Amino acid sequence: MSNHEANRNPTPATASDAGYGRWHRRVLENRGGLFALLTTIGISIGGIVEILPMYTAEWGPETADWVSPYTPLEVAGRDIYIREGCYLCHSQMVRPMRSEILRYGEWTRAAEYMYDRPFLLGSRRLGPDLQRVGGKYPDAWHYEHMRDPRSVSPGSVMPPYPWLLERTIDPEDIRASVVALRRAGTPYTDEDVAGVPDALRTQGEGIVQRLAQAGIETTWDREIVALIAYLQRLGVDGRRHLEQQNAGGTP
Amino acid sequence: MESTSVPSPQPASAAAGASIDYDDDIVKKFLLASVLWGGVGMLVGVIVALQIVWWPANLGLPWTTFGRLRPLHTNAVIFAFAGNVCFTGIYYSMQRLLRTRMYSDRLSALHFWGWQLIIVLAAITLPLGLTQSKEYAELIWPIDVLIAVVWVIFAINFFGTIAIRRVKHLYVAIWFYMSFVITIAVLHIVNSLAVPATFLRSYPIYAGLTDALVQWWYGHNAVGFFLTTPFLGLMYYFLPKAAERPVYSYRLSIIHFWALVFIYIWTGPHHLLYSALPDWAQTLGMVFSVMLLAPSWGGMLNGLLTLRGAWDRLRTDAVLKFMVVAVTFYGMSTFEGPMMSIRAVNGLAHYTNWVIGHVHSGALGWVGMISFGMIYWLVPRLWGRPLADPDGPTRHFWLGTIGIVLYIVSMWAAGLMEGVQWRSVNEAGQLAHPIFLDIVHRLAPFYWLRLIGGTMYLVGAVMMALNIWRTIRGPAPDAAGPEPVPAPAQ
Repeated sequence: MSNHEANRNPTPATASDAGYGRWHRRVLENRGGLFALLTTIGISIGGIVEILPMYTAEWGPETADWVSPYTPLEVAGRDIYIREGCYLCHSQMVRPMRSEILRYGEWTRAAEYMYDRPFLLGSRRLGPDLQRVGGKYPDAWHYEHMRDPRSVSPGSVMPPYPWLLERTIDPEDIRASVVALRRAGTPYTDEDVAGVPDALRTQGEGIVQRLAQAGIETTWDREIVALIAYLQRLGVDGRRHLEQQNAGGTP
Repeated sequence: MESTSVPSPQPASAAAGASIDYDDDIVKKFLLASVLWGGVGMLVGVIVALQIVWWPANLGLPWTTFGRLRPLHTNAVIFAFAGNVCFTGIYYSMQRLLRTRMYSDRLSALHFWGWQLIIVLAAITLPLGLTQSKEYAELIWPIDVLIAVVWVIFAINFFGTIAIRRVKHLYVAIWFYMSFVITIAVLHIVNSLAVPATFLRSYPIYAGLTDALVQWWYGHNAVGFFLTTPFLGLMYYFLPKAAERPVYSYRLSIIHFWALVFIYIWTGPHHLLYSALPDWAQTLGMVFSVMLLAPSWGGMLNGLLTLRGAWDRLRTDAVLKFMVVAVTFYGMSTFEGPMMSIRAVNGLAHYTNWVIGHVHSGALGWVGMISFGMIYWLVPRLWGRPLADPDGPTRHFWLGTIGIVLYIVSMWAAGLMEGVQWRSVNEAGQLAHPIFLDIVHRLAPFYWLRLIGGTMYLVGAVMMALNIWRTIRGPAPDAAGPEPVPAPAQ
């Protein structure tokens, strides 16, 4: 039967009766199971070819020993960053372009993401990129910025997050996160897991002291302290490494 | 339970009793769910659009900030609206194409109520900030498990219906549905693999750029296999039905189906161009994205050319208006997408409003318009009475179309402007626009324009809902006069 005849069928429902006898109908389109199998193979190839090599040293993203896993307080802060959907307005990816390096700093190296579970590269910049925001502003700036963005950044369009100043973190909850991250592959030691409550308090108290110097009173277990710890960590490993490299490379 | 009797045209199966009891009750349920969730999802879209340009609309509450409502918008329009639309069309057309009732009424019901339960859980958890952060895969792991279970129920019902079919040959729409059922299962399960920390929180088994690659392999193919292939299946059934013309080319449908399902899956890395993802993966993503233009346009041309000789009906038939504009937008966004996947273009477009405009030309233009066309075609046939307001669809069509144009034109302009201003460097080698906020403020007029366009689109959808409500609540077919609608589709 010619293609022309097959096309002349009045409705899709009856089109199925036309062209009967063509090879692809006999071997494929009349057989649901085989059709499903071939479709499955067809949609699998691309994913396999692109994803599996990520697990090889030669083809996958680089790793490095100058990147360290997040501390428990930073893990807690990162969870808050995710909960509030910060990544929906702020990217964490400085592209290797002149303008991006001028605006944000060194472009992001692959290894800097090696402990990011989940990744937070973002897909939209309603606000500026945060990849290199660590150390850019004092802790007190972030505290005020979350309380009322326009108090430190006039004209900002970011909503305020005052509840972060009140709500507290739960050390046992964060220990569960550290345990799960370890199971997923982050190299935390037994001591790291056991020391979660102490680590939280120690790092948190440091931030509380710096905030106190700016006249802000808070406690180490507030959510804002954890978020500040995470934000101040962003891009720091990479920047330190690249600065050392540059210092060593120039005579 | 309402059913439609269809005499079987095949003498061989006449022994079966010559009539098939189609399950149209489940189709009605999915249709009404689509209309309801469509309105909710689009309303949340309008709210987040307002929040972008006027921050007080965040209301100062944790549950209503942009960061929590934006995933609610995307999940509602993709999985609640588009998902229920797909199921509506599949349950209606599949029974007729295969000349059999669905494999199991119980599985149909489990599928329907399970899916609505997932939507309700999403609407509760996302405003609470319970999220995995992966775009269109935000829902927490217990809901992910539920999605997998419901999907398997749907798949059993789907393949069971194929197994008990009375028509040997599988029509092209069924191929596209099949790719939807299979691929979404694979994508969802692989991308959601995670280690639970608590009942509400988990961490993915993939780290860093590998996680990003897996996510965008999922994310772009959610576009491909949730918003494209099932809707192409709907186009292949409902467009020829509405136009009362056969599909233009059977051969073209074979070629573009196999090319589309093979090529689509490779394109994810175009979301990570200029990132630190290994270059070979970025290049593969770019090359396959450009190649995707061919099978995409194969589908568009097959749809448009199906109307050959029937173009005059566009003037009077609102259903065809919706469908033709949908297919045209499909062609436009599948031209734009490959363009934006070219590294140099992506360097300008990435992270800007241009991407938002692109997404919505596909979502509002293609998915939304073909859904409205299908719904307006189905309602009189399912309920056996004419629309309460027969001119409603035409008004809805113009409101929606003008709304889309306002939306995407404003986002193109805004995206190009911010993209250019972010990267401009002056003669002294410094940023021409060093203050990020200055650029943000210049976008405000475009955001207001987008808000107007989006609101018009929402109003159109609400008008449709009211029209359907009045139709269903209206007089029964007996009281409506002689033969008010064309006989139910055979």
